[in-house]
Amino acid sequence: FMQRGLDSQTKKQLEEEEKKIISEEHWYLDVPDLKEKESCIIEERSFLRCEDLVYGRMSFKGFNPEVEKLMIQMNSKCKEEEIEEDDKMEADVSDEEMARRYETLVGTIGKKFLRKRDQRVLKDDDEDEDDEEGNSNTRPSKRAKKMFLKPQD
Amino acid sequence: PQGRLLCGPGLRRSGAGLLVTKCGLLRHRPAGGGAYWVDSQQKRYVPVKGDHVIGIVTAKAGDVFRLDVGGSEPASLSYLAFEGATKRNRPNVQVGDLIYGQFVVANKDMEPEMVCIDSSGKSSGMGIIGQDGFLFKVSLGLIRKLLAPKCEIIQELSQLYPFELVLGMNGRIWVKAKTVQQTLIIVNILEACEYMTAQQRKQALAKLSGN
Repeated sequence: FMQRGLDSQTKKQLEEEEKKIISEEHWYLDVPDLKEKESCIIEERSFLRCEDLVYGRMSFKGFNPEVEKLMIQMNSKCKEEEIEEDDKMEADVSDEEMARRYETLVGTIGKKFLRKRDQRVLKDDDEDEDDEEGNSNTRPSKRAKKMFLKPQD
Repeated sequence: PQGRLLCGPGLRRSGAGLLVTKCGLLRHRPAGGGAYWVDSQQKRYVPVKGDHVIGIVTAKAGDVFRLDVGGSEPASLSYLAFEGATKRNRPNVQVGDLIYGQFVVANKDMEPEMVCIDSSGKSSGMGIIGQDGFLFKVSLGLIRKLLAPKCEIIQELSQLYPFELVLGMNGRIWVKAKTVQQTLIIVNILEACEYMTAQQRKQALAKLSGN
């Protein structure tokens, strides 16, 4: 118990001695800090950062198609306009076709969700022009609601 | 000038000012915070971090290849520094192969190290350069001229016939065309470009395209 107290006392003495030593050195530490803040010049040893140099691998007239793709990629990192143009070109289906397909698509999916009565009405409208003979028994009976069709002999 | 200023090769910071260490033309770029550098001419290459160079494999030492890049020391390239390389899936690199890569460590105190992969893990054109073709050396100034955006020499050459070109910042150029004759023609033009004026060059190309 008493030993710990003694240790703390010796520690305090050591700390005081250290502080005395450091306080003399503190004066020296202040001056270098001021000098370090003045440098706003960056030293650079490569020409790459200074000049606008193109990528070193090149291929012409389709000699090496992979390298030609690379050329476009690397050189367009500086100019991003080409990337936007490429996105517009890549659409496989043209806008007009999309509009046409969409119109028919809406119709077919719309039929799926009609109620039963509406579905029958749709079917009769479609087949009215084609079906004059009255092949099945059910159809004349359905049409009886609208009009009476005589079966042909 | 206030703000951060980039001082490029040929300039060194001393105190509050700049010292010039090389002879040449002083260039200035106002964009991106201003940059000054000295455009000098030399044949000997000094490895610089981030530069893309062509290296020749001289030795295989365990897991590391030694590449000759034209500097004072051979550069080292680890076999894992290729795209898709693992301990079991080793790249097929033999002594005498040509490799296009960039420096990861390059200062005067340490041996230069190269990799064939960029920061996102993709190879983006780096790695082993294929078979055939012709490798030759030019001065560093010509390489920078050729790499400038919209270089006339390259545009005129591309009109002639299909070919492939790899330019290394260490002064090495690798050319490959369909026939040996075409390759040699391109090599001769590129070598002579250094000392020809624009007119002489156009005359020479006109003769070739006529033939």
